[in-house]
Amino acid sequence: MAKMNMLQAINNALDLAMAKDDSVVCFGEDVGHFGGVFRATSKLQEKYGKARCFNTPLTEQGIAGFANGMAAQGMKPVAEIQFADYIFPAFDQIVNETAKFRYRSGNEFNVGGIVFRSPYGGGIAGGHYHSQSPEAYFAHTPGLKVVIPRDPYQAKGLLLASITCPDPVIFFEPKKLYRASTGEVPEEYYEIELGKAEVTQQGKDITVLAWGAQMEIVQKAVEMAEKDGISCEVIDLRSILPWDADTVAASVKKTGRLLINHEAPLTGGFAGEIAATIQKMCFLHLESPIERVCGMDTPYPLALEKEYVADHLKTYEAIKRSVNF
Amino acid sequence: MTNPNNATITTVHTAEFTAGDALKIPTLRILRDDGSLYEGAVAPELDKATAIKMYDTMVFIRVLDERMLAAQRQGRISFYMQCLGEEATTVGSAAALAEQDMIMAQYREQGALRYRGFTLEQFMNQLFSNEKDLGKGRQMPVHYGSKDIYYMTISSPLGTQIPQASGYAYAQKLRGLANTTICYFGEGAASEGDFHAGLNMAAVHKAPVIFFCRNNGYAISTPASEQFVGDGIACRAVGYGMKALRVDGADILAVYQATKMARDHALKHNEPVLIESIAYRLGAHSSSDDPSGYRSKEEEEKWRQNDPIARFRLWLVEKGWLNDADDKATIEALRTEILDALKVAEKVAKPGIEHLISDVYAEPIPALQQQLDELKAHIRKYPDAYPVTAGRLD
Repeated sequence: MAKMNMLQAINNALDLAMAKDDSVVCFGEDVGHFGGVFRATSKLQEKYGKARCFNTPLTEQGIAGFANGMAAQGMKPVAEIQFADYIFPAFDQIVNETAKFRYRSGNEFNVGGIVFRSPYGGGIAGGHYHSQSPEAYFAHTPGLKVVIPRDPYQAKGLLLASITCPDPVIFFEPKKLYRASTGEVPEEYYEIELGKAEVTQQGKDITVLAWGAQMEIVQKAVEMAEKDGISCEVIDLRSILPWDADTVAASVKKTGRLLINHEAPLTGGFAGEIAATIQKMCFLHLESPIERVCGMDTPYPLALEKEYVADHLKTYEAIKRSVNF
Repeated sequence: MTNPNNATITTVHTAEFTAGDALKIPTLRILRDDGSLYEGAVAPELDKATAIKMYDTMVFIRVLDERMLAAQRQGRISFYMQCLGEEATTVGSAAALAEQDMIMAQYREQGALRYRGFTLEQFMNQLFSNEKDLGKGRQMPVHYGSKDIYYMTISSPLGTQIPQASGYAYAQKLRGLANTTICYFGEGAASEGDFHAGLNMAAVHKAPVIFFCRNNGYAISTPASEQFVGDGIACRAVGYGMKALRVDGADILAVYQATKMARDHALKHNEPVLIESIAYRLGAHSSSDDPSGYRSKEEEEKWRQNDPIARFRLWLVEKGWLNDADDKATIEALRTEILDALKVAEKVAKPGIEHLISDVYAEPIPALQQQLDELKAHIRKYPDAYPVTAGRLD
């Protein structure tokens, strides 16, 4: 074990993946010698050469199209989109091409080797073009997998599983936690299974569900609620697509209540999908309406970021609202 | 002085424009309409077997197009796209490639597909989206693809294959393969952002890809004059620092020669090359289109004189490799063969219900399995409403 922050854990995962498999190639804007604007690909070019770790021109649709072609040939491209806010020029390549490659060809071809890595989320004074959480757009696309880690240990294991996964994965990294989140991480290779949520804390009064950077926010709210005598079960969804409805439903059947927290705006956010599914699976077990604590339906603000975000106080209030319904 | 790329650039001391039409790319023509060679032109080295295969493929595709457009008009298939007038473009270029060079096409390249060996049965199974279709009946007619013959499955969104071809060719280079990728697209698709993205990526990362632009004058109804300004698409390659060639796309010898040169260069120097081929789209865009609303019969007649098959036939007859009388019998035989294959394919069952969810992922995710189980229960309740699958759910 070694103490690592999330960037070091991601860098370590990429290093191990490239050492293990020659077909793993990392590229994106500033990814080469510089090691990425956040340094996630630091030293990889030095170690594995310019052919396997390189800068690309400033073209997200080009990066995604290039990745599709490489993966169709059988390689495992790990392509970085510098900010999730800038993934939209690549939307057609990802939604119409990556996601449908295997299906439309009847499995003659596939691009399952792809991982698109991209820093997402707010809390860094980034305003609306350096803070967005676009996971719901991609969760609406059959053929993709969408994964979001909450800490360095999870980031390494989930990223390595994403690289070996036979389906294309969009791996959103909570950039707020890149350096802020540290923890003990095994130095050797390990994978964490995709598509499985994790119950991070057992409780009996309410299930609190989140992912990525919001996990530490809800944890803070849960600790406040516990001082009021409310016992919370906490779940990290980890995979947004496919998502582990069974684990969430089992928990809600036990607690009778569910709160979902995400950074992205409320309307059309992934919490709506979870709420609809869980109310159907757990209808007779629910003791209060499912609560959603999310970003407001505005572009991500700058000066008023604190007011906008789905913070621990809003979450704490929603926990109480649910329990006292 | 140098530019930030450290390339030497020339300087002037009084301001002057470089004209927007300063770069004019010449167009290679080898074969005249009467089957003779242009003065100074040399025919590429072609053995008889290859030349006859090229000719047979063009004839096959023309007859296939004629029959299948008729089948669409009869309501037997839902949609069709012919390549009338462009047969030499795709057959001539495919003939210049190695069998394991990847072909990433747009949708009007059935000539290249047939040259690679796609069988009549495979064409029919795709067109009828039956259970023998390699694509499992998921895409509209003419979206062919086959891993065995290195022909990437067609995707409808325009231009998406361009940056993909750059990535595919880069991967071929990384793996040390002596193969290239050819990427076909139209002059309309060259207006997409993916064109720029793909060419720039290939140029910067030295991917051995041949970008093959079929400039056929029309994007559905939009004429080339409303698609771009100036000399054509080839000159754009020069802006990306890439070698360019332009050919008369109805001249199969010119197309073959240019593609051979492009392939050799791409592999020898690990560089992309762009070929622009000019051949008029004589047919409609698709079976859903009617060109009489946007162009004149006179215009079509003018281009019809440039028939790529007639021109090549004259050359082959002149060489003594083809007997003109043979041709009519061949065409009749082909018509019968195609009709017979059509009758077989239209009776083959549609894909089974499991193929609604297969291949979305490598293995179906739990939610998909559950949705399929619910659907099967529903179909069992209303079997008459779902005749294709009701009788064979297990």
